[in-house]
Amino acid sequence: MANPAISASPAARRYSLWLKTGPAALGTLGFLGFLGLWQMVSTFGIVDPRHMPPPAAVFERFAANFAYTDFWVATGHTLRAWLLGVLISTAAGLVVGVIIGSSRVLVRATHSTIEFLRPIPAVALIPIAALLFGPRIGSELMIIIYACFWIILIQVLYGIADLDKVALDTARTLRMDFPQRVRYVIFPTLLPFLMTGLRLAATVALILAISVELIVGTPGLGQEVAFAQINGSAPAIYALIITSGLLGIAINSLMRFVERKTLFWHESVRGGKAA
Amino acid sequence: MTLLKKTGYFLGIPLLLLAAWTVYTSTATNFFIPEPAKLMDRFFKIWFSERFVSDVLPSLSRLLAGLGLSIVIGIAVGAVIGYVRWIRWLFEPLFEFIRAIPSTILIPVLLLLIGINDSMKITLIVFSCVWPILLNTVAGVTSIDEVLQNTAKVIGLTKFDRMRYLVLPAASPQIMAGIRQSLAVALILMVVSEMFASTDGIGHWTINFQNRVAIAEMWSGILLLGIIGVTLSVVFQWFQKRILAWYEGLKEKEND
Repeated sequence: MANPAISASPAARRYSLWLKTGPAALGTLGFLGFLGLWQMVSTFGIVDPRHMPPPAAVFERFAANFAYTDFWVATGHTLRAWLLGVLISTAAGLVVGVIIGSSRVLVRATHSTIEFLRPIPAVALIPIAALLFGPRIGSELMIIIYACFWIILIQVLYGIADLDKVALDTARTLRMDFPQRVRYVIFPTLLPFLMTGLRLAATVALILAISVELIVGTPGLGQEVAFAQINGSAPAIYALIITSGLLGIAINSLMRFVERKTLFWHESVRGGKAA
Repeated sequence: MTLLKKTGYFLGIPLLLLAAWTVYTSTATNFFIPEPAKLMDRFFKIWFSERFVSDVLPSLSRLLAGLGLSIVIGIAVGAVIGYVRWIRWLFEPLFEFIRAIPSTILIPVLLLLIGINDSMKITLIVFSCVWPILLNTVAGVTSIDEVLQNTAKVIGLTKFDRMRYLVLPAASPQIMAGIRQSLAVALILMVVSEMFASTDGIGHWTINFQNRVAIAEMWSGILLLGIIGVTLSVVFQWFQKRILAWYEGLKEKEND
C-alpha cells in the first residue's frame, strides 16, 4: 500500500485509492444495477406489473408502512417470538449441555438420541404445534425452541469437549472451588462455541417465526404477508419482504456486535478476523 | 470398549423412550399421542401405498432437484465471484441483503410470479439454499494461499486447470460446510412450501391430516419427514468423509 516515505508513482496512488473506495463504489453500483433491472422488467412488461410492481411503488408502500400501527404491532409480535424463543432455547441448551457434558457416560448414552432427533426438521412439527396451541405465540415458541435447542446443545457439548485438561487440573491444584472453576476455566472455553451457536440460532429463529406465522396464522409479519397475498396487493408483499430482509440484517449485526463485545479477549476477534 | 457396551450406549435411551411411550399409551389415553403399533400401521398404510408414487416421490424429487441446482449454481458462481475481485465487490453487499431475507416469506411472491407448481417449489429451495454454498465457496476461494496461486501460475497451469486442480480442491472443505448448512434449509423449505401451497407432497398431507384432526396419520407424516432428515444427514456425512478424506488426514498430521 501507499507508504508516504516513498514517493508513490501516480499509478500506485490510483491503485491504493481504488483499494479504498472500490468496494463501496462497486457495492452501491450493484444495488443500483439491481434496482434498474427491476425497473426495466416492470416498465417493459416482461413480468405482469400486477405481479411485480415497479420499485417506486414498493418503496412508497415500504415507507407508508411506518405510519401504520398494525405494521409495528406485527413487527413487535415477530420480534417477541424471536427473542423469547432464542432466550429459552439458549438457557435450556446451556443447562442440559453442561449436565450432559460433565459426565462421559451421559455423553455416550445420549449421542445416538441427539443425532437422531436433531436432523428432524422443526417445521415438520408445525401441525402438532397448531393443534396444541392454535394461532398463538405458543406455536411459534414450540417450533423455534425445538430447532434452536439442538443448535445450542451441540455447541455447548463441543465447547465442553474442548476443555483443556491441564487448565482444569491447574485450577484444581490452585484449590479453586466449583463456582470459581466455572467462572475462570469452563465459561471462557465455552463462550466462543456458545456465541457461534447463538448466531446460527438467531437466524434460524427468525425464519421459523415467519414460517409459523405464514402457515398457522399467528400474528406477525408472516401473517401480514399472507393477508397481503389474499388482498392481492403485490406492493405490500414486496415491501414486507424488504422489511424482513432489513430485520434479518439487523439481527445479524446485533449478534456480531454481541459476539465482539463478549469475546473481545478471544483470538478470533483480536486477530482482526471477524468470524 | 466392548461391542456390548457400545450397543448398550447406542440403543439404551432410544429403547427406554420407546418403552415409556408404549407403557404410557397402554395405561392412559392421551388424545394427542397415538399408540406405537397404530402409528406404525398408519405409517406403512399411508406412505407406502399409492401415495408413495403420488406424494413421497414428488416431494423427494423437488428436494433433490433444488439441492442439486443450488450446489451447481453456488459453486460455479461462488468460484467466479471469489476469483475475480471486482465482481466480488460488485455483488457482495447485494447478496448479503438477499441472503438476510427469511426465505419462507418469499412464498407468496413466487406464487404470484410462477404459480402453484413444482418449479415454484424448486425455485424457492434454490433461492435459499444457494447462499450458504455460494458464500462459503467465495470464502474458501479467497482464502487460498497466495504462494500456491503463484506457483500454479509459474508452472504454467491454464485458468481451467488452476480451477480444477487448485481452487476447487482448496475450497472444498468450506464448500462442504456450506452444503451441509443448505441440506437443513432445503428440507425446511420443501415442507413449508408444501404446507402453504400445494396439492400433493408429504408436507401437504401432514397439514391436511392435522386439519381433519387425524392424529395418528399426522404423526406418521412427521415421522416420515424426520426419517428423511436423518437419512439426508447420514448420507451426507458418508459423502463428506470420502470427499474430504485427504483433508482430515492433513489435519490429523498437523495436530501431531
